[in-house]
Amino acid sequence: MSSLLEVRGLKASYGATEALHGIDLDVHEGKVTALLGANGAGKTTTLRAICHFQVRTSGSISLRGDRIETRTTEQIAMLGVGHVPDGRGTFLGLTAEENLRLGSHSRRNKNDIAEDLERMYGYFPRLKERWAQQAGTLSGGEQQMLAIARALMARPSLLLLDEPSFGLAPLVVNDIFAILRRIRDEQKVSVLLVEQNAQLALELADSAYLLETGRIVKHGSSEAMRNDDAVRRAYLGE
Amino acid sequence: METFVQQFVSGLSTGGIYASLALALVMIYQATHQVNFAQGEMAMFSTFIAWALIQAGLSYWMAFLATVLIAFVLAALLEFAVIRPMHKAPELSVVVVFIGLLMIFHSAAGWIFGTSIKEFPSPFPKDAWYGGQLISPHQVGSIFVALCIVAALFTFFRFTTLGLTMQAAAQNPASSRLLGINVGRMLMLGWGLAGAIGAAAGMMVAPVVFLDPGMMTGVLIYAFAGALIGGIDNPVGAIVGGFLVGVLENLIGTYLVGTELKLSVALVLIVVVLIVRPAGLLGRRIVQRV
Repeated sequence: MSSLLEVRGLKASYGATEALHGIDLDVHEGKVTALLGANGAGKTTTLRAICHFQVRTSGSISLRGDRIETRTTEQIAMLGVGHVPDGRGTFLGLTAEENLRLGSHSRRNKNDIAEDLERMYGYFPRLKERWAQQAGTLSGGEQQMLAIARALMARPSLLLLDEPSFGLAPLVVNDIFAILRRIRDEQKVSVLLVEQNAQLALELADSAYLLETGRIVKHGSSEAMRNDDAVRRAYLGE
Repeated sequence: METFVQQFVSGLSTGGIYASLALALVMIYQATHQVNFAQGEMAMFSTFIAWALIQAGLSYWMAFLATVLIAFVLAALLEFAVIRPMHKAPELSVVVVFIGLLMIFHSAAGWIFGTSIKEFPSPFPKDAWYGGQLISPHQVGSIFVALCIVAALFTFFRFTTLGLTMQAAAQNPASSRLLGINVGRMLMLGWGLAGAIGAAAGMMVAPVVFLDPGMMTGVLIYAFAGALIGGIDNPVGAIVGGFLVGVLENLIGTYLVGTELKLSVALVLIVVVLIVRPAGLLGRRIVQRV
């Protein structure tokens, strides 16, 4: 199986504090890979490090075989890496639709943007209702949908999803994960999903990594992870 | 009554100039949350460039166009070379840099072009074809130019992808970078636009106040008052505020305090707005649900 993203010996630090101590990780073409772990394990840092965003990194990161770790955040986005950041990155003063249009900035092919907008409204009917509304007035769940749709507007080959369930009511989380499942099945996009809710993440993902204090301590297929005793005790609450 | 109408109309005309410069201030404020105190002096310097080009034999509108372009490039370079290296510096250092720029442009203009007061031509005819005494063709012209700038900017920000991208870079630089937007380039562009707008304002005001290194000092204060009244983060507010200040200045000058104290009116307005309604009349409070 070919690796779309290949991370080797990745270290990342904020100032003098090292948050990732050298991790290896692969995201395969067309698959959903989950990155599980507790608060502060380094999940968000991993996503930031892949985008060379707000952290200092060392180690190697390859996208389709090309090394990208020395590229800037902007360049990495232009190479087809979509990032749904923690905090959702909403452009609060712009309308929902303007937020979506901005998502298509990194596309080489600017045709079919209107068509893609419609597709996003198909996934997220709530956004269609609110298309002309200032994005800051959307609810947390709607802003999360907006962030996912915005990233998809770029037609990314790799989508980095940072805790799509964060801070949302369980019903809304279920909605969002149902849509993510649809997107997984219908779009040709590989996903690296960071999630504290291991139950949800393992349902969506093909394989998973478990991160503890900046190190990968386990990885395997979602099936294997679900049946792992340590994972069950610590992360699935059984 | 005639005096009133006359003062009102001439207020609109200077108001148009304040509005343009206020717009330049707001553009940079929106992008960087900094007030460019050197904006007026940059406009003055650009106007001197226009004057030199006209002296060199260029027609007015050629010189106008060339100046706007030069001002754009100059301001963009300034962002790149001076402001960008300061982006992690504390607020106060940036303010000092702006004041430094103000003094540099002020002295450089005097040094290069001389400190004597120069006449600057108006592109508009001397005699009004409409025969009215109420308003001079230059006044009509400068209102028209201000409105054109506003319309052009509105179209640019509202309907073009580049305009939208610039707004995004100003509002949320971090998120913009994740979308592949080159935030630095957008800031440079914003500075360039502000410089170009300022240059146009300078060339409109110069025929009225005459050209010398100090010509924009007062205008900047009025423009600042206009920007604050309208709401420093709102382009529409800057326009409304600029016109309002122009009219108020004239009316209060005529009927209440006399022309000598006109500038104080602007200063009082600034203080009052900051105390009573810091967000300005149309200041946008971004609504946010958490």
